[in-house]
Amino acid sequence: MFRHMWIFLHKLASPPHFYGLAAKMIPWFYVSGLLLIAYGTIAGLFYAPADYQQGDAFRIIYVHVPAAYLSMMAYSIMAISAGIGLIWRMKLAHAVAAAAAPLGAWFTFLALATGSIWGRPMWGTWWEWGDPRLTSELIMLFLYFGYMSLRAAIDETSKADKASAVLILVGAVNVPIIHFSVEWWSSLHQGPTLVREGGPAIETAMLYPLLGMILGFTLFFGALLLARVRAEVLHRERRSRWVRNLILGESA
Amino acid sequence: MTEPANPTLWQGFAAVVKRDLLLAYKRPGDMLNPLFFFAMVSTLFPLAIGPAGDQLKLLGPGVVWVAALLSVLLSLNSMYLSDLEDGSLDQLILSPQPLPLIALGKTVAHWLVSGFPLVLVSPLIAITYQMPTETIGVMVVTLTLGTISLSLLGSVGAALTVGLNRGNALLSLLVLPLAMPVLIFGARTVALAAADDAVSAGVYFLAAYCMLALSFAPFAAAAALKISNE
Repeated sequence: MFRHMWIFLHKLASPPHFYGLAAKMIPWFYVSGLLLIAYGTIAGLFYAPADYQQGDAFRIIYVHVPAAYLSMMAYSIMAISAGIGLIWRMKLAHAVAAAAAPLGAWFTFLALATGSIWGRPMWGTWWEWGDPRLTSELIMLFLYFGYMSLRAAIDETSKADKASAVLILVGAVNVPIIHFSVEWWSSLHQGPTLVREGGPAIETAMLYPLLGMILGFTLFFGALLLARVRAEVLHRERRSRWVRNLILGESA
Repeated sequence: MTEPANPTLWQGFAAVVKRDLLLAYKRPGDMLNPLFFFAMVSTLFPLAIGPAGDQLKLLGPGVVWVAALLSVLLSLNSMYLSDLEDGSLDQLILSPQPLPLIALGKTVAHWLVSGFPLVLVSPLIAITYQMPTETIGVMVVTLTLGTISLSLLGSVGAALTVGLNRGNALLSLLVLPLAMPVLIFGARTVALAAADDAVSAGVYFLAAYCMLALSFAPFAAAAALKISNE
Protein backbone atom coordinates (compact mmCIF):
# COMPACT_ATOMS: atom_id res chain seq x y z
CA MET A 1 0.00 0.00 0.00
CA PHE A 2 2.68 2.47 1.09
CA ARG A 3 4.93 1.29 -1.67
CA HIS A 4 2.31 2.13 -4.27
CA MET A 5 1.88 5.56 -2.76
CA TRP A 6 5.62 6.19 -2.81
CA ILE A 7 5.90 5.08 -6.39
CA PHE A 8 2.99 7.35 -7.30
CA LEU A 9 4.57 10.32 -5.51
CA HIS A 10 7.93 9.62 -7.01
CA LYS A 11 6.45 9.46 -10.49
CA LEU A 12 4.48 12.64 -9.86
CA ALA A 13 7.68 14.47 -9.00
CA SER A 14 9.25 13.60 -12.33
CA PRO A 15 8.61 16.47 -14.77
CA PRO A 16 7.66 14.48 -17.92
CA HIS A 17 5.22 12.34 -15.97
CA PHE A 18 3.65 15.36 -14.33
CA TYR A 19 3.48 17.15 -17.67
CA GLY A 20 1.46 14.32 -19.20
CA LEU A 21 -0.74 13.70 -16.16
CA ALA A 22 -1.58 17.41 -15.78
CA ALA A 23 -2.63 17.59 -19.43
CA LYS A 24 -5.16 14.82 -18.78
CA MET A 25 -6.47 16.43 -15.58
CA ILE A 26 -6.85 20.02 -16.79
CA PRO A 27 -10.02 19.53 -18.93
CA TRP A 28 -11.82 17.83 -16.01
CA PHE A 29 -10.97 20.71 -13.72
CA TYR A 30 -12.09 23.28 -16.31
CA VAL A 31 -15.38 21.60 -17.11
CA SER A 32 -16.42 20.84 -13.53
CA GLY A 33 -15.24 24.25 -12.34
CA LEU A 34 -17.06 26.19 -15.04
CA LEU A 35 -20.26 24.13 -14.56
CA LEU A 36 -20.25 24.87 -10.84
CA ILE A 37 -19.54 28.56 -11.47
CA ALA A 38 -22.42 28.66 -13.96
CA TYR A 39 -24.75 27.02 -11.40
CA GLY A 40 -23.57 29.38 -8.66
CA THR A 41 -24.00 32.46 -10.85
CA ILE A 42 -27.50 31.58 -12.05
CA ALA A 43 -28.76 30.33 -8.69
CA GLY A 44 -27.06 33.15 -6.81
CA LEU A 45 -28.22 35.96 -9.05
CA PHE A 46 -31.75 34.83 -9.91
CA TYR A 47 -32.99 32.27 -7.39
CA ALA A 48 -31.43 33.21 -4.07
CA PRO A 49 -33.70 35.57 -2.08
CA ALA A 50 -32.56 39.15 -1.50
CA ASP A 51 -31.02 39.86 1.87
CA TYR A 52 -33.49 41.50 4.25
CA GLN A 53 -30.95 44.16 5.22
CA GLN A 54 -28.60 44.49 2.28
CA GLY A 55 -31.10 43.88 -0.55
CA ASP A 56 -29.54 42.73 -3.79
CA ALA A 57 -26.17 44.25 -2.91
CA PHE A 58 -25.24 41.15 -0.94
CA ARG A 59 -25.02 39.11 -4.17
CA ILE A 60 -21.44 40.25 -4.68
CA ILE A 61 -20.67 37.72 -1.92
CA TYR A 62 -20.72 35.06 -4.67
CA VAL A 63 -17.49 36.50 -6.09
CA HIS A 64 -16.02 38.13 -3.00
CA VAL A 65 -15.93 35.14 -0.67
CA PRO A 66 -14.48 32.61 -3.16
CA ALA A 67 -11.82 35.14 -4.22
CA ALA A 68 -10.86 35.94 -0.62
CA TYR A 69 -10.75 32.24 0.22
CA LEU A 70 -8.56 31.49 -2.78
CA SER A 71 -6.14 34.29 -1.95
CA MET A 72 -5.45 32.52 1.37
CA MET A 73 -5.56 29.09 -0.27
CA ALA A 74 -2.95 30.05 -2.87
CA TYR A 75 -0.66 31.37 -0.16
CA SER A 76 -0.99 28.12 1.81
CA ILE A 77 -0.28 26.09 -1.32
CA MET A 78 2.81 28.20 -1.94
CA ALA A 79 4.01 27.82 1.65
CA ILE A 80 3.48 24.03 1.63
CA SER A 81 5.20 23.58 -1.73
CA ALA A 82 8.04 25.87 -0.68
CA GLY A 83 8.54 23.74 2.43
CA ILE A 84 8.48 20.52 0.39
CA GLY A 85 10.89 22.06 -2.11
CA LEU A 86 13.34 23.13 0.58
CA ILE A 87 13.20 19.94 2.65
CA TRP A 88 13.08 17.26 -0.04
CA ARG A 89 14.71 19.35 -2.76
CA MET A 90 11.83 18.63 -5.09
CA LYS A 91 12.05 20.96 -8.06
CA LEU A 92 8.45 20.45 -9.08
CA ALA A 93 7.31 21.85 -5.73
CA HIS A 94 9.24 25.06 -6.37
CA ALA A 95 7.61 25.28 -9.80
CA VAL A 96 4.18 24.98 -8.16
CA ALA A 97 4.99 27.82 -5.72
CA ALA A 98 6.27 30.03 -8.52
CA ALA A 99 3.22 29.31 -10.69
CA ALA A 100 0.72 29.91 -7.88
CA ALA A 101 1.99 33.38 -6.94
CA PRO A 102 0.46 35.48 -9.78
CA LEU A 103 -2.83 33.58 -9.45
CA GLY A 104 -2.91 34.24 -5.72
CA ALA A 105 -2.11 37.90 -6.27
CA TRP A 106 -4.91 38.13 -8.82
CA PHE A 107 -7.51 36.56 -6.53
CA THR A 108 -6.35 38.83 -3.72
CA PHE A 109 -6.86 41.82 -6.00
CA LEU A 110 -10.30 40.49 -6.96
CA ALA A 111 -11.23 40.11 -3.30
CA LEU A 112 -10.08 43.67 -2.61
CA ALA A 113 -11.93 45.11 -5.61
CA THR A 114 -15.21 43.30 -4.86
CA GLY A 115 -14.86 44.10 -1.16
CA SER A 116 -14.47 47.76 -1.98
CA ILE A 117 -17.45 47.71 -4.37
CA TRP A 118 -19.50 45.95 -1.70
CA GLY A 119 -18.38 48.52 0.84
CA ARG A 120 -19.79 51.39 -1.19
CA PRO A 121 -23.52 50.63 -0.56
CA MET A 122 -22.89 49.06 2.88
CA TRP A 123 -20.59 51.55 4.56
CA GLY A 124 -20.96 54.47 2.15
CA THR A 125 -17.24 54.48 1.34
CA TRP A 126 -15.11 52.68 -1.22
CA TRP A 127 -12.46 51.95 1.32
CA GLU A 128 -12.87 51.48 5.04
CA TRP A 129 -9.62 51.33 7.03
CA GLY A 130 -11.54 50.16 10.06
CA ASP A 131 -12.34 46.86 8.40
CA PRO A 132 -9.72 44.32 9.48
CA ARG A 133 -10.20 41.75 6.74
CA LEU A 134 -9.98 44.24 3.91
CA THR A 135 -6.80 45.63 5.45
CA SER A 136 -5.21 42.22 5.93
CA GLU A 137 -6.08 41.33 2.31
CA LEU A 138 -4.22 44.47 1.27
CA ILE A 139 -1.16 43.39 3.27
CA MET A 140 -1.55 39.97 1.66
CA LEU A 141 -1.35 41.62 -1.76
CA PHE A 142 1.91 43.29 -0.73
CA LEU A 143 3.26 39.92 0.42
CA TYR A 144 2.49 38.48 -3.01
CA PHE A 145 4.16 41.46 -4.70
CA GLY A 146 7.24 41.03 -2.49
CA TYR A 147 7.44 37.35 -3.38
CA MET A 148 7.15 38.00 -7.10
CA SER A 149 9.68 40.86 -7.08
CA LEU A 150 12.20 38.77 -5.16
CA ARG A 151 11.84 36.01 -7.75
CA ALA A 152 12.14 38.53 -10.58
CA ALA A 153 15.29 40.06 -9.05
CA ILE A 154 17.21 36.77 -8.98
CA ASP A 155 18.32 35.47 -12.38
CA GLU A 156 19.31 31.95 -11.44
CA THR A 157 16.19 29.77 -11.17
CA SER A 158 17.37 27.41 -8.43
CA LYS A 159 18.56 30.33 -6.30
CA ALA A 160 15.30 32.21 -6.87
CA ASP A 161 13.44 29.04 -5.85
CA LYS A 162 15.21 28.69 -2.53
CA ALA A 163 15.33 32.37 -1.62
CA SER A 164 11.64 32.86 -2.35
CA ALA A 165 10.85 29.66 -0.44
CA VAL A 166 12.52 31.09 2.68
CA LEU A 167 10.56 34.32 2.20
CA ILE A 168 7.22 32.57 1.81
CA LEU A 169 7.84 30.43 4.92
CA VAL A 170 8.73 33.50 6.99
CA GLY A 171 5.58 35.10 5.56
CA ALA A 172 3.47 32.06 6.42
CA VAL A 173 4.49 32.34 10.08
CA ASN A 174 3.53 36.01 9.95
CA VAL A 175 0.19 35.82 8.12
CA PRO A 176 -1.86 34.65 11.15
CA ILE A 177 -0.12 37.26 13.31
CA ILE A 178 -0.87 40.01 10.78
CA HIS A 179 -4.46 38.84 10.61
CA PHE A 180 -4.82 38.82 14.38
CA SER A 181 -3.15 42.19 14.86
CA VAL A 182 -5.29 43.87 12.22
CA GLU A 183 -8.36 42.31 13.85
CA TRP A 184 -7.31 43.67 17.23
CA TRP A 185 -6.66 47.04 15.66
CA SER A 186 -10.31 47.51 14.80
CA SER A 187 -13.44 45.63 13.85
CA LEU A 188 -16.28 46.66 11.56
CA HIS A 189 -16.65 43.72 9.18
CA GLN A 190 -19.63 41.41 9.51
CA GLY A 191 -18.73 38.38 11.59
CA PRO A 192 -17.93 34.99 10.06
CA THR A 193 -21.06 33.50 8.51
CA LEU A 194 -19.87 30.19 7.05
CA VAL A 195 -17.42 28.67 9.50
CA ARG A 196 -18.79 29.01 13.01
CA GLU A 197 -20.35 26.97 15.76
CA GLY A 198 -23.90 25.74 15.23
CA GLY A 199 -23.69 25.70 11.44
CA PRO A 200 -23.65 28.53 8.92
CA ALA A 201 -25.82 31.56 9.63
CA ILE A 202 -27.17 31.83 6.11
CA GLU A 203 -30.29 30.57 4.40
CA THR A 204 -29.83 27.41 2.31
CA ALA A 205 -31.09 29.07 -0.89
CA MET A 206 -28.24 31.54 -0.44
CA LEU A 207 -25.77 28.99 0.90
CA TYR A 208 -25.78 26.37 -1.86
CA PRO A 209 -24.91 28.77 -4.68
CA LEU A 210 -22.12 30.15 -2.47
CA LEU A 211 -20.71 26.68 -1.78
CA GLY A 212 -21.02 25.94 -5.50
CA MET A 213 -19.12 29.10 -6.32
CA ILE A 214 -16.37 28.33 -3.77
CA LEU A 215 -15.90 24.82 -5.13
CA GLY A 216 -16.17 26.02 -8.73
CA PHE A 217 -13.60 28.78 -8.18
CA THR A 218 -11.29 26.26 -6.51
CA LEU A 219 -11.54 23.81 -9.42
CA PHE A 220 -11.04 26.63 -11.91
CA PHE A 221 -8.04 27.79 -9.90
CA GLY A 222 -6.75 24.20 -9.96
CA ALA A 223 -7.01 24.10 -13.75
CA LEU A 224 -5.21 27.43 -14.13
CA LEU A 225 -2.54 26.35 -11.65
CA LEU A 226 -1.92 23.05 -13.44
CA ALA A 227 -1.68 24.85 -16.78
CA ARG A 228 0.78 27.36 -15.33
CA VAL A 229 2.88 24.64 -13.68
CA ARG A 230 2.99 22.80 -17.01
CA ALA A 231 4.30 25.92 -18.72
CA GLU A 232 6.77 26.50 -15.89
CA VAL A 233 8.03 22.90 -16.09
CA LEU A 234 8.40 23.17 -19.84
CA HIS A 235 10.42 26.36 -19.47
CA ARG A 236 12.65 24.96 -16.73
CA GLU A 237 13.29 21.72 -18.58
CA ARG A 238 13.79 23.41 -21.93
CA ARG A 239 17.28 21.93 -22.33
CA SER A 240 16.29 18.38 -21.43
CA ARG A 241 15.84 15.58 -23.89
CA TRP A 242 12.18 14.82 -23.17
CA VAL A 243 11.16 18.38 -24.02
CA ARG A 244 13.13 18.21 -27.24
CA ASN A 245 11.52 14.90 -28.14
CA LEU A 246 8.13 16.32 -27.27
CA ILE A 247 8.56 19.32 -29.55
CA LEU A 248 10.18 17.35 -32.38
CA GLY A 249 7.46 14.73 -32.08
CA GLU A 250 4.71 17.32 -32.24
CA SER A 251 6.16 19.17 -35.21
CA ALA A 252 6.93 15.98 -37.16
CA MET B 1 46.12 39.43 21.57
CA THR B 2 46.05 35.64 21.30
CA GLU B 3 42.84 33.87 20.43
CA PRO B 4 42.20 30.39 21.81
CA ALA B 5 42.49 27.61 19.25
CA ASN B 6 38.88 26.53 19.65
CA PRO B 7 36.77 29.54 20.52
CA THR B 8 33.52 28.84 22.36
CA LEU B 9 30.13 29.79 20.94
CA TRP B 10 29.98 32.81 23.18
CA GLN B 11 33.42 34.00 22.08
CA GLY B 12 32.44 33.66 18.44
CA PHE B 13 29.22 35.57 19.02
CA ALA B 14 31.02 38.30 20.98
CA ALA B 15 33.70 38.61 18.30
CA VAL B 16 31.08 39.24 15.59
CA VAL B 17 29.28 41.84 17.69
CA LYS B 18 32.57 43.54 18.64
CA ARG B 19 33.77 43.63 15.05
CA ASP B 20 30.56 45.20 13.77
CA LEU B 21 30.48 47.76 16.57
CA LEU B 22 34.10 48.68 15.81
CA LEU B 23 33.25 49.05 12.12
CA ALA B 24 30.30 51.29 13.00
CA TYR B 25 32.55 53.37 15.28
CA LYS B 26 35.04 53.87 12.48
CA ARG B 27 32.27 54.98 10.11
CA PRO B 28 30.04 57.13 12.30
CA GLY B 29 28.02 58.25 9.26
CA ASP B 30 26.39 54.83 9.02
CA MET B 31 25.19 55.20 12.57
CA LEU B 32 24.18 58.85 12.44
CA ASN B 33 22.36 58.93 9.09
CA PRO B 34 19.36 56.84 10.19
CA LEU B 35 19.20 58.96 13.33
CA PHE B 36 19.12 62.20 11.35
CA PHE B 37 16.55 60.63 9.07
CA PHE B 38 14.41 59.78 12.10
CA ALA B 39 14.60 63.35 13.39
CA MET B 40 13.98 64.83 9.93
CA VAL B 41 10.87 62.75 9.22
CA SER B 42 9.46 63.70 12.61
CA THR B 43 10.06 67.36 11.75
CA LEU B 44 8.28 67.04 8.42
CA PHE B 45 4.89 66.20 9.89
CA PRO B 46 4.27 69.35 11.95
CA LEU B 47 5.51 71.43 9.00
CA ALA B 48 3.16 69.66 6.60
CA ILE B 49 0.11 69.45 8.85
CA GLY B 50 0.30 72.57 10.98
CA PRO B 51 1.38 73.43 14.50
CA ALA B 52 -1.96 72.85 16.29
CA GLY B 53 -1.13 71.16 19.59
CA ASP B 54 -4.14 68.83 19.84
CA GLN B 55 -3.54 67.44 16.37
CA LEU B 56 0.15 66.84 17.06
CA LYS B 57 -0.68 65.05 20.29
CA LEU B 58 -2.91 62.66 18.35
CA LEU B 59 -0.38 62.17 15.57
CA GLY B 60 2.70 61.84 17.80
CA PRO B 61 2.72 58.08 18.50
CA GLY B 62 2.04 57.19 14.86
CA VAL B 63 4.64 59.57 13.50
CA VAL B 64 7.37 58.39 15.88
CA TRP B 65 6.62 54.77 14.98
CA VAL B 66 6.51 55.28 11.22
CA ALA B 67 9.73 57.30 11.36
CA ALA B 68 11.43 54.59 13.45
CA LEU B 69 10.26 51.85 11.07
CA LEU B 70 11.56 53.74 8.03
CA SER B 71 14.91 54.60 9.53
CA VAL B 72 15.55 51.03 10.68
CA LEU B 73 14.69 49.98 7.14
CA LEU B 74 17.15 52.53 5.76
CA SER B 75 20.03 51.00 7.67
CA LEU B 76 19.14 47.38 6.88
CA ASN B 77 20.57 47.35 3.38
CA SER B 78 24.12 47.83 4.64
CA MET B 79 23.84 44.98 7.17
CA TYR B 80 25.58 42.39 4.99
CA LEU B 81 26.60 44.56 2.05
CA SER B 82 30.10 45.59 3.18
CA ASP B 83 30.79 42.01 4.27
CA LEU B 84 29.82 40.81 0.82
CA GLU B 85 31.96 43.41 -0.90
CA ASP B 86 35.17 42.71 1.03
CA GLY B 87 34.65 38.96 1.02
CA SER B 88 34.31 38.55 4.78
CA LEU B 89 30.80 37.16 4.32
CA ASP B 90 32.34 34.06 2.75
CA GLN B 91 34.62 33.71 5.74
CA LEU B 92 31.71 34.09 8.15
CA ILE B 93 29.78 31.36 6.32
CA LEU B 94 32.84 29.09 6.19
CA SER B 95 33.72 29.59 9.86
CA PRO B 96 33.16 26.65 12.22
CA GLN B 97 30.80 28.75 14.34
CA PRO B 98 27.12 28.04 13.66
CA LEU B 99 25.82 30.52 11.09
CA PRO B 100 22.57 31.34 12.95
CA LEU B 101 24.68 32.50 15.89
CA ILE B 102 26.76 34.73 13.62
CA ALA B 103 23.59 36.11 12.03
CA LEU B 104 22.26 36.81 15.53
CA GLY B 105 25.50 38.57 16.43
CA LYS B 106 25.25 40.77 13.37
CA THR B 107 21.61 41.53 14.20
CA VAL B 108 22.49 42.47 17.78
CA ALA B 109 25.20 44.81 16.50
CA HIS B 110 22.74 46.27 13.99
CA TRP B 111 20.22 46.97 16.73
CA LEU B 112 22.84 48.53 19.00
CA VAL B 113 23.98 50.80 16.18
CA SER B 114 20.68 51.75 14.54
CA GLY B 115 17.77 50.71 16.79
CA PHE B 116 19.00 51.66 20.24
CA PRO B 117 19.92 55.29 19.33
CA LEU B 118 16.37 55.75 18.02
CA VAL B 119 14.97 54.61 21.35
CA LEU B 120 17.25 57.09 23.14
CA VAL B 121 16.26 60.01 20.91
CA SER B 122 12.52 59.24 20.78
CA PRO B 123 11.64 61.00 24.11
CA LEU B 124 12.96 64.26 22.65
CA ILE B 125 10.63 63.93 19.68
CA ALA B 126 7.75 62.93 21.95
CA ILE B 127 8.25 66.14 23.92
CA THR B 128 8.13 68.27 20.78
CA TYR B 129 4.84 66.56 19.93
CA GLN B 130 3.61 67.50 23.41
CA MET B 131 2.98 63.93 24.42
CA PRO B 132 2.31 63.53 28.18
CA THR B 133 5.27 62.36 30.27
CA GLU B 134 3.68 59.05 31.32
CA THR B 135 3.19 58.16 27.66
CA ILE B 136 6.88 58.59 26.95
CA GLY B 137 7.78 55.67 29.23
CA VAL B 138 5.39 53.38 27.37
CA MET B 139 6.77 54.64 24.07
CA VAL B 140 10.35 53.85 25.08
CA VAL B 141 9.39 50.31 26.17
CA THR B 142 7.39 49.57 23.00
CA LEU B 143 10.06 51.10 20.76
CA THR B 144 12.75 48.98 22.41
CA LEU B 145 10.81 45.75 21.84
CA GLY B 146 9.68 46.90 18.39
CA THR B 147 13.09 47.91 17.07
CA ILE B 148 14.59 44.60 18.24
CA SER B 149 11.84 42.75 16.33
CA LEU B 150 12.41 44.94 13.29
CA SER B 151 16.16 44.29 13.31
CA LEU B 152 15.50 40.55 13.54
CA LEU B 153 12.88 40.54 10.77
CA GLY B 154 15.05 42.83 8.70
CA SER B 155 18.05 40.55 9.05
CA VAL B 156 16.14 37.89 7.10
CA GLY B 157 15.21 40.39 4.39
CA ALA B 158 18.77 41.76 4.25
CA ALA B 159 20.18 38.23 3.95
CA LEU B 160 17.75 37.42 1.14
CA THR B 161 18.54 40.54 -0.88
CA VAL B 162 22.28 40.85 -0.26
CA GLY B 163 24.09 41.19 -3.58
CA LEU B 164 20.96 41.85 -5.62
CA ASN B 165 20.96 44.86 -7.92
CA ARG B 166 17.75 46.56 -6.86
CA GLY B 167 18.27 45.37 -3.31
CA ASN B 168 17.20 48.44 -1.38
CA ALA B 169 13.73 49.00 -2.82
CA LEU B 170 13.12 45.26 -2.84
CA LEU B 171 14.13 45.02 0.82
CA SER B 172 11.42 47.52 1.78
CA LEU B 173 8.84 45.57 -0.20
CA LEU B 174 9.82 42.34 1.58
CA VAL B 175 10.12 43.64 5.14
CA LEU B 176 7.37 46.29 5.42
CA PRO B 177 4.34 43.95 5.11
CA LEU B 178 5.90 41.60 7.65
CA ALA B 179 6.54 44.51 10.00
CA MET B 180 2.87 45.59 10.08
CA PRO B 181 1.99 43.81 13.36
CA VAL B 182 4.89 45.55 15.11
CA LEU B 183 3.77 48.93 13.78
CA ILE B 184 0.12 48.32 14.65
CA PHE B 185 0.77 47.17 18.19
CA GLY B 186 3.55 49.65 18.83
CA ALA B 187 1.72 52.74 17.67
CA ARG B 188 -1.66 51.69 19.08
CA THR B 189 -0.23 50.90 22.49
CA VAL B 190 1.37 54.34 22.72
CA ALA B 191 -1.91 55.89 21.56
CA LEU B 192 -3.77 53.90 24.23
CA ALA B 193 -1.32 55.12 26.85
CA ALA B 194 -1.95 58.69 25.71
CA ALA B 195 -5.69 58.08 26.23
CA ASP B 196 -5.05 56.66 29.75
CA ASP B 197 -6.10 53.14 28.70
CA ALA B 198 -4.60 49.81 29.70
CA VAL B 199 -1.39 49.14 27.80
CA SER B 200 -0.30 45.75 29.12
CA ALA B 201 -1.93 43.76 26.26
CA GLY B 202 0.04 45.61 23.61
CA VAL B 203 3.30 45.43 25.52
CA TYR B 204 2.85 41.69 26.11
CA PHE B 205 2.12 41.16 22.44
CA LEU B 206 5.22 43.08 21.37
CA ALA B 207 7.35 41.12 23.85
CA ALA B 208 5.90 37.84 22.56
CA TYR B 209 6.51 38.87 18.96
CA CYS B 210 10.07 39.82 19.87
CA MET B 211 10.65 36.38 21.43
CA LEU B 212 9.17 34.64 18.39
CA ALA B 213 11.40 36.64 16.06
CA LEU B 214 14.41 35.96 18.29
CA SER B 215 13.75 32.21 18.10
CA PHE B 216 13.22 31.93 14.35
CA ALA B 217 14.80 34.88 12.55
CA PRO B 218 18.48 33.91 13.06
CA PHE B 219 17.84 30.49 11.51
CA ALA B 220 15.92 31.95 8.57
CA ALA B 221 18.62 34.58 8.08
CA ALA B 222 21.33 31.90 8.14
CA ALA B 223 19.46 29.82 5.54
CA ALA B 224 18.97 32.93 3.40
CA LEU B 225 22.65 33.87 3.66
CA LYS B 226 23.68 30.43 2.47
CA ILE B 227 21.24 30.61 -0.45
CA SER B 228 22.22 34.09 -1.60
CA ASN B 229 25.90 33.27 -1.32
CA GLU B 230 26.03 29.97 -3.14
